[in-house]
This record gives sequence, C-alpha cells and structure tokens, in this order.
Amino acid sequence: MKGMSAIVQTVSRLVAGMLFLFGCYIILHGHLTPGGGFAGGVIVAAAFILQSLAFGSVEATEQHRYTFTSVFESMGGLGFVLIGFIGYAAGHEFLRNVWASFGEPLRLVSAGTIPLANIAIGMKVGAGLFAIFLALGASRFKMKD
Amino acid sequence: MVPFLACVLLFLFGLYAVLLKRNIIKIIIGFSIMEYAVNLFFAFAGFKRGALAPIITEVGVVKDFVDPLPQALVLTSIVIALATTALMLAMAMRIYEKYKTFDITEIRRLKG
Amino acid sequence: MQDTNFVPMLVAVPLLGAFLIPLLSKLWKGFADLVGNLVGVILLGFAIYGVVTLSTGTPGIVYKMGGWLPPVGITLVYDSLAALVVLVINLVALPALLFSTRYLDPYTGRWKYYTLFMLLLAGLNGIAISGDMFNMFVFIEISAVASYALVAFGTGAEELEAGFKYMVMGEVGGLSLLFAIAMLYAKTSTLNMADMSQALASMGHTPFFWFVLATLLVGFAIKMAMVPFHSWLPDAHLSAPAPVSAMLSGVFVKVLGIYAMARVVFNVFGLSRPTAPGFFNMLVGFGLVSILVGGLLAINQKNYKRLLAYSTVSQIGYILLGFGIGNYWGVVGALFHVIGHAATKGLLFLASRSIERATGSRELGEIGGLEKSMPVTAWSYILGTMSLAGAPPFAGFISKLLIILGAVASKMYWLAIVAALFSTVTLGYLVRVISKVFIGRKDVVPTPAAESPPMILLALIMLVAIALVFGVAFQPVLDNIVQPAAEALFGGLAYARLVLGG
Repeated sequence: MKGMSAIVQTVSRLVAGMLFLFGCYIILHGHLTPGGGFAGGVIVAAAFILQSLAFGSVEATEQHRYTFTSVFESMGGLGFVLIGFIGYAAGHEFLRNVWASFGEPLRLVSAGTIPLANIAIGMKVGAGLFAIFLALGASRFKMKD
Repeated sequence: MVPFLACVLLFLFGLYAVLLKRNIIKIIIGFSIMEYAVNLFFAFAGFKRGALAPIITEVGVVKDFVDPLPQALVLTSIVIALATTALMLAMAMRIYEKYKTFDITEIRRLKG
Repeated sequence: MQDTNFVPMLVAVPLLGAFLIPLLSKLWKGFADLVGNLVGVILLGFAIYGVVTLSTGTPGIVYKMGGWLPPVGITLVYDSLAALVVLVINLVALPALLFSTRYLDPYTGRWKYYTLFMLLLAGLNGIAISGDMFNMFVFIEISAVASYALVAFGTGAEELEAGFKYMVMGEVGGLSLLFAIAMLYAKTSTLNMADMSQALASMGHTPFFWFVLATLLVGFAIKMAMVPFHSWLPDAHLSAPAPVSAMLSGVFVKVLGIYAMARVVFNVFGLSRPTAPGFFNMLVGFGLVSILVGGLLAINQKNYKRLLAYSTVSQIGYILLGFGIGNYWGVVGALFHVIGHAATKGLLFLASRSIERATGSRELGEIGGLEKSMPVTAWSYILGTMSLAGAPPFAGFISKLLIILGAVASKMYWLAIVAALFSTVTLGYLVRVISKVFIGRKDVVPTPAAESPPMILLALIMLVAIALVFGVAFQPVLDNIVQPAAEALFGGLAYARLVLGG
C-alpha cells in the first residue's frame, strides 16, 4: 500500500514513539488511574498503525509483520491464562490476587497480579488491533474490479 | 427516566437501520448505533447526582462515588462490539470481492 | 488442591489450547491437530468426572473465582443442570474434533480452524457453568463470534453470504440480551443470578418484569432458531464445514438457547406452571409452531443438509413443548431430548458429509446402494436416522415418550396427539432418505465409494454408541443425570439458597 506525503512522514516519525510510550504508561498505571489493559492496548496499536499508514509497505514486509504480531498476540493471551494459574500454585482459587499486600497502596508496585494482567491484556489487544488493521486495510487484494 | 427512554429510542433507530437498509455498510453502522445505545444505558444505570468519579486518591478515605461496576461492564461490552464489527467488516469486504456489490437484495444465491 | 478445581479448568484449558495453537503451529504443522484433540479428551474427562462427583450426593459446586464471595464476586455454579449440559457439549465435541483431523485436508489454514474451535468450546463451557448474568452474556458472545467465523470458514461466495446473514441475526439477538441485562441491572443493582432471583421475587410480576423477560426471550429465541427466527439455520448448515454443523445444530442452539432460557426462566425469574400458566401456554404455542413449520418444510427438501437443519428446528420445538408443559415428566423428557438429539444430529451431519465426500454428490436420488461399498458409514447413518425418528431402542424414543407422557399427565390430550402425529411425519421423510440412498433399490448399481478413513470411523462409532447407550440404559441415566437436573430447575429459588447460603 502507498505511503503518504513528506509532512506526514516527518511528523509520524516524531510522534509514533511518544504514542507508544503514552500507551505503555496507561497500561502500567491501570490500577491507579483510569485506563488499564484495553485502552492502553488500543493506543499502542494506534502507534503502529500510524507508522504503517504513513510509510506504506510492500507485501513481503506485511507478511513478516503479520507473523510477528500473531506471536505477540498469543503470548499476551498465554500470559493471562498463566496468571490465572498462579492463583492455583499459591493454594487458592483460580485468578486469585496473590501478592496483593506487596508494596504500599497507590504506588506503581502494588495490587498484586493486577498490573501483570494489565500488561498481558495490553499486549494482546494492541497486537490484535494491529492484526485486524493488517487484515482489513493493508490488503493483499485490491478493491478494483 | 428520560435518559433511559432516550437510550431505548436510540436502540430502535439502530434496529431500523439494520432491518430496513439495503447497503451492507449501512447495516454495520446501524449495529454501531445499537451498541452505543446499550452502552449509554449501562453508564446511566450507575449514575448518582453530585457524586465523583470512582478513583481512589487517598488510602482509606471513602467519598461519594458513582457506581464503578457499570463502567467495567461497558468496557467489556465495547471490546466485544469492536470484535464483532471487525468481523462483519471483514466479511463485507470479502462479499464485495465475490459478488461485486454491497446491495443485499442482489446477494441471494442461497434459496429454500 | 481440592477436587472442585476442575470447574474453571473447563474454560481455562480450551483457552490455553486456543493461545498455544498459533504459536506452536509455526514450528510444526501437526501441532494443531494434536493439541486440539488432546484438549477434547481432557475436557471429556473433566465432564465425566464432574457428573460422577455430583452423583455421590453433593447438591452442586459453587466455585468462587479469585476468592471473592458472592454476591460481590463472579461465581461459577456447577449444579446438576450444568453437569448435564457440560456433558453434552464435550460428548459431541470430541467426535467432531476427531472428524476434523481428516476432514480438513482440502482446506488451508488448519490452525485457524482449531483455534476458533477451541474458543467455541471455551465459550460453550463457560455459558454452562456461569453463575452471573453478564458473565453468561460474555461467554455467549465469545462462542457466537467463534461460530460466525467458523460458518464462513471456507471463504466461497455462498459461505460468506450464509455467514453474514447468520451474523446479523445473531448479533441482533445478542444486543437484545445485553439490553435486557442492562435493564435488570438498573432495577436490581446486582448481576449475580442468585441475588437477582431474590430481588426479582420481592418485586413481583409487574409489567417491567414481563417486558424484560420478553426482551430476554427474543434474544434467546434468535439463538435457538425458534420460529420465526429460524431462517439462519438452513443456510448456515449448508455452508459450514460438517463438524461445525454438528456442533452448531447439536450443541450450540441447545446451550445458548435452551439451557440459558431454562436457567433464566426457572431459576432467576422463578416462574413455574402453577404461578404463571399464561407464560407456559405461550411456550407450548411456540413449540407447536416450531414443530409444524420445521416438519412441513423438511418434507420437500432435496438437499439433505437442509433437511437436517429443518429437522433441528422441529426438534427444538419438541424441547420447547416439553418445557411448556411444565410438569415433571415434560421437563425430564425435554432434557433427555437435549442429550439424545445432540448425539443424533452430530452423527447424522458427520455421516452424511462422509458419504458426500466419498461419492461426490449432495442431492438425494443420485446415489444408491451404498451399504455394500461403505458399510460402517452407511450403517451409522441408518442407525442415526432411526434414532432421530424416535425408534426404540434409541435415545430419541425415550425422550419423545416422556414428553408425550408429560402431556397426558397434564390432561392436554390433544397436545399428545399432535406430538405423536408429527413424530410419524418425521419418520416419513427420514425413511424416504434411507430408501432412496441405501436399501431397497435393486435396479441400481452400487456407487463406487471407498470406506472412510479410521479417524472418521472412530468418531462415527462413538456417536452411535452414545445414542444407543443412552437409549438402552436409560434408567441409570435418568436417575443420575437427567432427573437431578430437572429437580435443579424445579427448585426455582432453591438455586439462590445453594449459591448464597452454602
């Protein structure tokens, strides 16, 4: 798919990194401020989509990107299920918050497995949205007849 | 009571679009309107006059908060709506590729 | 680890499989088959273990997720009705998975199919064990989206059209459900099913009560292909891959539609025949219409996948009739029919697809004399047809008999006569299929066809065994599985005592 003009490419080179950082901030602070895994994941995906739209791509790189994204998505999902199993290992039920009293409340390191679950969800949602974009927009088929 | 009735009206507008429009893209937009109406209904269900947003800033101090449960439910519902809209759009694109039209009255090869 | 820990594993294990398959399939292509079938075997083991655990006398397992107590936390409730439904899901899923190993040879993207199937299983199991209304809705949507993608899996023009049509109808139903849950939350401020049942009991039968119930019923009716919302079912069955059709018609419409509706009507809303006779008469009416429409539309079909789809509409009508009659034997018959029909329909879809693969034709009247060239497949199809028509000693006979007995016990004699009459109509069109395709045509040279591969035979034999065993040994099945499930439904508000009190 084609890229865009030089202005867009310059600006997106500056902004994409900041977008990614902002998305990571929202994911990591999910237990303190509004946001969390879903919202932060969408912002991370937006950073990647911006890069893809501005610079365009060739079909070969798209396939490579798609494989890479798929790996991240599966790892995010696996991370979440394994966090559920941590509850078992500690002797309690599934998905129990086991390290809840570690660290002081209202700090970054607190609230047990909730930030870890947010990171897993953020990875999955971000990778998933970028994969949806690749499947729909950066297309292998042309819409002309 | 009035906000709830407005949400029901919006849901019915979306349903009208899904049932009576001929273009597939308009049907998908109708679904978006319906999902928006239901999420708004949920958010209204947790509202209290004069209460604050449910974010704890000091430990142990309990202020008058809006009900936080519907907000979590709306988050889940938005993600589900995202997934179904993406799937519908992907199917619509493939249908265009095969049938060369978005008009549902012409996409009728299955009969009986 | 206590022995109640298998309950969340019913959802966690297929999710684990669904996330492992994309990763591992990049290393070796055969991983998808291996992991998929392994998950199927593990789930069936859990289902049987659960049924055995419950038959020793515990009234039900209430699993508190994450250690949060009800009504604040999300609970998973595994009582006798949930045990029945989980058993049905996993009993049909394992043969479907075994069938898929050889069936998918012409398709590309095997791992995508298995991932979607794992998600479908996770969603279906989750619906059965969920104790919370919104949680049930989320699992309904998970399994529904997975099924939309599976129906449109071979991306030909007709499959996409059927998939899109199914998707639009299914999503309207899902959104109606969500709207009803939102209204219930606004009124009762809780989402836990047990807590909600107590709040609704104290509210009484106001117009709001009936309005929410009607919205919920519209959502469930679309998902269970009740007339007049049945039109997605034939097209979806025509286009979907055969194991998906087996899961769709055999399990999906029952778990989403019938189980969810029964749980909501009996346990959450607390209705029963003595207190709300008008509502139950309406259910009887809908059931009758479904039986009639499904049966009549099935008579003239030439394509046997559509025939089986309309037959499903008709059998769902029987189950609704059983629930509508409302007395003990009607409900027991309806629940027994859920098991019997799931195994039978699964068997018929898989067997008919094997025949179509081997002979290359889909229409009746073009193939004949197959009992010589592919005996095992042909006989499993014939036995499946007999079970569907309600011939003894199969499971279909017992369930229809129980429903008719229930109708007689409630003095609705005309209902019993209609039900028995349409059973003979069912027999009529099915015998037509058998006589055209298999036996009795001496003038036809047997179509050359190879016997099916061993995995497929294993799947077919498993399903035949289920239909036979449940029919012949019906007394222990009734005592241990079906009657406790019916009692869980009749208990009504005793469900709340199980969850909150215990």
